[in-house]
Amino acid sequence: MTISAERTTIDEASGATPPAGRKQSWTNRPGWVSQHAGTAVIGAILGYVFGHWLGNYITSGYPYIANSGQNSSANALALVFAVVGWLLGIGALNYPLAKMIGKEAVHEDPVDNWSKYFRYTQDHKIVGIQYIVGVLLFLFTGGLLAMAIRTELLSPTTHVFGPGTYIEIVSEHGTVMMMMATSIILGPLGNYFVPLLIGSRRMAFPRIEAFSFWIFLAGFGVIFSALPYGGFPTGWTGYAPLQTQAGPGMISYLVGFAVIGLGMMAAGFNIAATVINYRAPGMTWSRLPIFVWALLATAALLTLATPTLFAAGLFGTLDKTVQTAFYVTEHGGSSYLWQNLFWFFGHPEVYIMALPGFGIVAEILPVFTRKPLFAYKVAAAGMIGVSLLSFFVWQHHLFQSGINPDMRPLFMLTTELISIPTGFIFLVGMGTLYKAKIRFEVPMLFALAVFFNFLIGGITGVFLSDVPVNVTVHGGFFVLSHFHYTIMGGLLFAFMAGLYYWLPKMTGKMMNKKVGLWHFWTMFIFFNLTFFPMFIIGLLGQPRRVFTYAKNLTVWNDFSSISAFLLGFSFLIFFANLMWSMFIKPEKAPANPWNSLGLEWQTANPVPVYNFERIPVIMTDPYHYSEEGAPAVADLGVNVPVTAARTTKTPDQK
Amino acid sequence: MSSEKSMEKDTNHLSRIFWITAVISVAADLLFWFLVGPHVPPGRMTSSASDDQLDFNILMVIALPVLIGVWVYFGYAFAHWGSKKGTAPEPVGGPAARSNNKVSFLWIAITTVVVLFLAGFGTVELIVGNGSGGGEGPNPVWEPTGAAKAETAALTSSDSWSPGANHVLVVQVIAQQWKFTYRYPQFGGFESQQLILPNDTTIAFNVTSLDVIHSFWAYQLEVKADANPQENNVAFTTTKQTGSVTVRCSELCGLWHGAMYDYGKVVSVSDFQNWATTTESANAANTKDLPAFAWTYVPDANGAAGGYYPDGNVTPYSTVETYGAKQPAS
Repeated sequence: MTISAERTTIDEASGATPPAGRKQSWTNRPGWVSQHAGTAVIGAILGYVFGHWLGNYITSGYPYIANSGQNSSANALALVFAVVGWLLGIGALNYPLAKMIGKEAVHEDPVDNWSKYFRYTQDHKIVGIQYIVGVLLFLFTGGLLAMAIRTELLSPTTHVFGPGTYIEIVSEHGTVMMMMATSIILGPLGNYFVPLLIGSRRMAFPRIEAFSFWIFLAGFGVIFSALPYGGFPTGWTGYAPLQTQAGPGMISYLVGFAVIGLGMMAAGFNIAATVINYRAPGMTWSRLPIFVWALLATAALLTLATPTLFAAGLFGTLDKTVQTAFYVTEHGGSSYLWQNLFWFFGHPEVYIMALPGFGIVAEILPVFTRKPLFAYKVAAAGMIGVSLLSFFVWQHHLFQSGINPDMRPLFMLTTELISIPTGFIFLVGMGTLYKAKIRFEVPMLFALAVFFNFLIGGITGVFLSDVPVNVTVHGGFFVLSHFHYTIMGGLLFAFMAGLYYWLPKMTGKMMNKKVGLWHFWTMFIFFNLTFFPMFIIGLLGQPRRVFTYAKNLTVWNDFSSISAFLLGFSFLIFFANLMWSMFIKPEKAPANPWNSLGLEWQTANPVPVYNFERIPVIMTDPYHYSEEGAPAVADLGVNVPVTAARTTKTPDQK
Repeated sequence: MSSEKSMEKDTNHLSRIFWITAVISVAADLLFWFLVGPHVPPGRMTSSASDDQLDFNILMVIALPVLIGVWVYFGYAFAHWGSKKGTAPEPVGGPAARSNNKVSFLWIAITTVVVLFLAGFGTVELIVGNGSGGGEGPNPVWEPTGAAKAETAALTSSDSWSPGANHVLVVQVIAQQWKFTYRYPQFGGFESQQLILPNDTTIAFNVTSLDVIHSFWAYQLEVKADANPQENNVAFTTTKQTGSVTVRCSELCGLWHGAMYDYGKVVSVSDFQNWATTTESANAANTKDLPAFAWTYVPDANGAAGGYYPDGNVTPYSTVETYGAKQPAS
């Protein structure tokens, strides 16, 4: 068999190219008469209208609904049908429905023009790009809401917003940001790079991968469907009697988290299955790139913790629609139940938002220090340790709630124990920097900033875990600042590092370095100036989610607000850089701009649909920097130009 | 021979980093302990406040060297091993750069010891401090002497309070959207809009809610306990100084959460007794109309139990009929 014939066979087996003469379905033709984002929107609107009508039709006989002018059942059905309509419209259900009625599914070749980014596609690289746009949509919307919050907090007494609008803004900000943070790295960079990093031609379940994106995007619509109903007053935590009391906007929160939860479970399941089953020959567990380890640990959390959130949301929806009493104390439910369920999910969720960031940082450091990753096995073990321990700490969110008071020492212990594996990332980072040759490129600066920010976030976490100190800081601005330091200072900075690092591979275009430096320094400085004062504001007695505060805190709050506006401005710099470098005046990226040894840089540029011409055979791990006579990372089997050098020379040094 | 030399150099870098860290840390710790420590919120107005302040300061004294150590390390690395530094030698890869069991083990050992110490110390402080001012649920596991009556049915309406050792003052905190009120069961169960407490007295706060989850945060007293409907959440503290107290709700409870605050006072024992007995008799007629003192109340818009709570206005629990008919206009 010739090489090209062999390749064709492999491509067919892997679904990369169809056998000749296969009929293309109308749903995936180029042009308007097909299924794409537009038909998804139409489907969602039709579904919403139908569901709302159905809900009103079913429940209109109940006087309390007729008299209240609010009908949560109609809202719930409207949202469920809207999501179903959305999925039908995008074509997510074509395959399962065809299989269900016993028909052979129609083959769906990828459309090869710009419209592929608006379609249900099985190419993980397109899904990765879609996810970038998706998470940025969440991020910028949530960021605007943050600007609104800081505007209100400029003055202790003068109000820009009414209390109802303010609490609506706070709740939407928290929820949208949390939804974004569940997927910000795993979605875009995980889907795009896991197959490339492990030498696979595809994800394990390409349809599930597309499903996870489109349902994630649907979550954006669902959560903002609360706005015409006055939003929801509970913050992102949705505590229960308030949730039961709230208007129908609350339904958007409950259904929204259930929808996002479906996406999280799908994405996590898919990543886990891919990493376990689709590694190239020779990609042993000890050669797995550390970023993939981080995503595997995250995927385990996504698949195991998220079902609890889904169930909790379902109970809440039932309480509000068919009048069950899961959370209604006087009917045998418990106001503690939601707190317990929510945080049983919510604390693993915290590490869903931390681990991918650690992974990116550890992946990037060796490239910019020209040294191997220090203590690779400790790093991998730490990530697994964090994900295991994270299931045993959730009640530290409830230290002052009166629930299980005698268990507080235990949860204090487990919470503090988790700082040991979390600390491994510092061991790894500091060991890798030792006697290195540090190149301060933009991705490296963002990665180093993660260490700075996460150190503060992590240490204040130990303060919070100490029950006596927790009495002071629980529910105040101290904890607010703490989790912004870990999520924004850790995860978001790591996402930026990953984006600057990998966009050249994804798009073939370099981000502008000078503007990138401006972006980094403004974001880093104003992030710290925004959130550090909040530790002090919290210690001085300002609770979270308030629109009035003590007059003596005005200076601190104003300082924080003005820094927040400048922080918002730094995101405009990023956006301008993105637009400029990607669309307005793109600069062609070298094949391996950072001189990385990573497998993902060794495929052709742009990455072909099937990723690797031949399935690579992995020879060693990708961290043999500055090592004389080290083996090549992989045998790619074809003559692809490999530019990765084992010297410290960067392309611009020539 | 050459490997020995590089080893020597290694120790050089690390010991330099260690000593820089040590010097700065000692200075920072001393400055913090003596200059900032005594002013760390929430002050020393109660036993739990000064205990938790001590706890915070000890955590800070441990945290500062960690923070400084990492910063010094990174600063040192940037200064010595930045790529612009022409003098720095080329990095060396290979097994030695990949892992060092001694370093990893030392790292894990140190962090484990610190963590276990913190957990042990926190637990001791929590138990010795009778819950450190935090909510301990309906049956507190750690309570001050004489508190047995403070959270059980043993407290009867004929009980009274007089100053003295081991005599715990029971204050019930009733949270509702969007205010706190305070009942004093040892003074006939009268209800006050203002929190007044005697000095040098152990207080048992019994916190409950009539509607959604609130959190009673008496800032200067260092007391924080969630108010859950139909749950009694008990928190203890002992007042040490007179002064004013800010009470805020620290759990999001709806529209006017931001405006749910009031101010209380810690006064001398005699002032408190005057105030309490005067208020008790002045409020006697109102107190009679209140629901009998109980550890929790069932809010019901029909007027049963807590329906007329707390001052003649019906408390709406739900906008829908499920939990009872909509309340009449009041």
